[in-house]
Amino acid sequence: MTLPRVLNYLKYGIKVALMIEVLFCLGFPSIGYSQLKLKTVTLALSTEPPNLDAGRATDSESFFVLGHSMEGLTRYGKDGNTAPGVAERWTLTEQGVVFYLRADARWSDGQPVVAKDFVFSWRRALDPATASEYSFILYPIKNAELINQGKLPLEQLGAVAKDDRTLEVTFEKPCGYFLGLTAFATYFPIREDLVQRTKDRYASNPESMLFNGPFKLTTWVHGSSLRMERNPFYWNKKNVDVDVIDVPYITPDETARFNLFKTQKIDILGLNKENLSNAQREHFKLRKFTDGTVFYFSFNFREGHLTANKNLRKAIRSVFNANQYVSRIVGIPGTIPGTGLIPAWLNGVNGPFRKEFPLIAVKNDIAMGKQYLAAAMKELKLKSPPSLVWLTTDSPTATKEAEYMQNLLKTTLGIQLKVDKQIFKQRLAKMRAGDFDIVSAGWGPDYADPMTFVDLFTSWNGNNTGQWFNKDYDQHIRNALGTVDTQTRMGEMAKAEKIILEELPIIPTYERTIIYTHSDKIKGLVRRAVGSDPDLTNVKIAD
Amino acid sequence: MFSYAMKRILIGLMTVYAIATITFFAMHAVPGDPLMRAKVVNEVVRQNLETKYGLNQPLFVQYVTFLTNMLKGDFGISFTQQNRSVNDIIREHFPVSALLGLVAIITAALGGIVGGAVAAIRRNQWPDRTIMSLVILFVSVPSFVFAAFAQVGLAEIKKKFGVEILPVAGWGTLAHLILPGLILGLGTMAFLARLMRSSMLEVVHQDYIRTAKAKGVAPIKIFIRHQLRNAVLPVITFLGPAVAAITTGGFVAEIVFAIPGLGRYFVQAVQQLDYTVIMGLTVFYGTYLVIVVIIVDIIYGFIDPRIRIAGA
Repeated sequence: MTLPRVLNYLKYGIKVALMIEVLFCLGFPSIGYSQLKLKTVTLALSTEPPNLDAGRATDSESFFVLGHSMEGLTRYGKDGNTAPGVAERWTLTEQGVVFYLRADARWSDGQPVVAKDFVFSWRRALDPATASEYSFILYPIKNAELINQGKLPLEQLGAVAKDDRTLEVTFEKPCGYFLGLTAFATYFPIREDLVQRTKDRYASNPESMLFNGPFKLTTWVHGSSLRMERNPFYWNKKNVDVDVIDVPYITPDETARFNLFKTQKIDILGLNKENLSNAQREHFKLRKFTDGTVFYFSFNFREGHLTANKNLRKAIRSVFNANQYVSRIVGIPGTIPGTGLIPAWLNGVNGPFRKEFPLIAVKNDIAMGKQYLAAAMKELKLKSPPSLVWLTTDSPTATKEAEYMQNLLKTTLGIQLKVDKQIFKQRLAKMRAGDFDIVSAGWGPDYADPMTFVDLFTSWNGNNTGQWFNKDYDQHIRNALGTVDTQTRMGEMAKAEKIILEELPIIPTYERTIIYTHSDKIKGLVRRAVGSDPDLTNVKIAD
Repeated sequence: MFSYAMKRILIGLMTVYAIATITFFAMHAVPGDPLMRAKVVNEVVRQNLETKYGLNQPLFVQYVTFLTNMLKGDFGISFTQQNRSVNDIIREHFPVSALLGLVAIITAALGGIVGGAVAAIRRNQWPDRTIMSLVILFVSVPSFVFAAFAQVGLAEIKKKFGVEILPVAGWGTLAHLILPGLILGLGTMAFLARLMRSSMLEVVHQDYIRTAKAKGVAPIKIFIRHQLRNAVLPVITFLGPAVAAITTGGFVAEIVFAIPGLGRYFVQAVQQLDYTVIMGLTVFYGTYLVIVVIIVDIIYGFIDPRIRIAGA
């Protein structure tokens, strides 16, 4: 082959390439062609929803899509309280709850949503073969846990469709927060015929899904875009103002999302610490909400770990100043410095839990800390202040936090911190294995009840990574789990929280606040800690 | 020639096998596993997931299963997207990366060849200095810096003047391709320009150029017919590997410009320890690179008989 021939091939190659480009260009209609008439909210997601199978979804992106396209027996109302969903009313007792389904609840193919769609969905999520990671959230239903362990057949589940519009649920033990759970994705209905038809590919694209919520997913290009449109069969469609929820961008890059908002390509934007000052310079109207997550330092109580010593923990608690920590490390205005385990956004009996059961303020006192340390050293027979292992992730904030704590404990107590920095999954592996003295961790709520936090430190909870066990604590939680009486439940959980602050298995650091902004045309956007966030169901679009 | 090609293909297959094996065991040696989530999964659910993905088998059995399935072209289902197979992910996202890569390589090749040639012809004059300064800039500054700057620049222009030159991010139209394609190709373009320049400088002083000049051939004709054609050879040989590198290496551009390419999935899979996706994409990319290299090798054989003789 001669050189001119090679060049000839190259020319052909270029021609073909250009043709492909042209074809590509013709094949795709430009984004946003129908925004002229329809009321559209446009967003960017950081990652695409990994799993839109309601029975198996675990992450906030999937919950966002599912929360708009599906509806449970109850739903989260505007104020965050439970509102009627597919069920128009119910009767709740110690033994269980009977749901009465509304006649006009429909799937996106026009068929009615019936009681057995819920029974099927719940059994499926509990089926060991499904291996749903959120199956535990169904455990308040009678026999659910045993079914999930494969010890009982699916038919033994305490949820029975009496007829198409009556669903009878029996509790394993009284569950005072059950009506909050039925708004959660794992409790959404699923149509059996659809799962049988689509098998392994159920919910992998819009064609293999059916929707009973305010919107239906119409397009989903993996990794690239998705679009939800008004569901004409939704029973409450007259109260939904938004026609289209368009997600033409999926990128984890915060700056890219910032630029998209700046060029008015998207309507809602979350702001991290770096972009906050840019947003202020652009005069964006900043808003905030708490996403519900509580952060804390968790101590290791396994044998051979000095942190099992109460005086040592008290010493660290005494020198730790949550206000200073928040302003220096978190740096997001509006962040609530950590005081207790149960965050400020949760409700108690009639109002905020924190107001009904106030905490005793902890004094930041270095002299006191030194006394506790001296007592600890005596008990542990140490000659000098100990050296402890601090397990953390490799994010910039985590690094800053580790350096801050290293410096704080060194200068006040003379305690040396050895920082063990790991990538996310390896930190988890080490945390589970108990390979640390102190680990910086957080917990996001699964449902809007203090139980989602206090349950964490019971002896039977696998997420109790420090393995702190306390009989009194367990008892208070058992008492709270044994009744639907709100007053008793909240009282017991408040007592449990007091034990945490006395025994210090953790030091609460902060309750996360998210700063965000949205375009002026959006009115009534709801942000929430539990369930679909942001919630566009009640949004009104100004023209 | 045939035995030369066969030998190359055989070595290629062994390379892919070695890549797959090393990656498989290295991946399993990393602490943690794909089923590890922020919240502890109940023991029974975990066991069920382990059974589903075969993680409860001894590592060697898993390895044999993996190899058997790989030969059938089946890489299994993703751990993070439990209703998508790895083959689906490759099928849907590789064309995106390939298209982006193609635009990048075309820009890089055209820019590099023209830039390099002009720099050589105008050696030590201002065009040469300008081009070479740019080359140093593009070679030494990583592409994500340009990507971020370009994006901010577009956003600023849109805000100040209300004109949208190019979209800030996204995918779906020709306009979405231009900026990421250009930025992805910058590094390669710079490298090619340097290559082209030195190759051109060699050609310029050849006897046959002087002869052509003496015969009174028009300078533009000399440039295109004699100089450019001869000098471009090393650039073309470099293009093969460059195509492979660019079509597989668009991760940063994909993230910054919100492009649904395969590179993103690869990096996410490693972060999530998504075993099936890591293996599927490693083998896919490995095979792809090996094929490109084999093709380049074989083409070399056609172009330059000395390589064929030495190889055979």
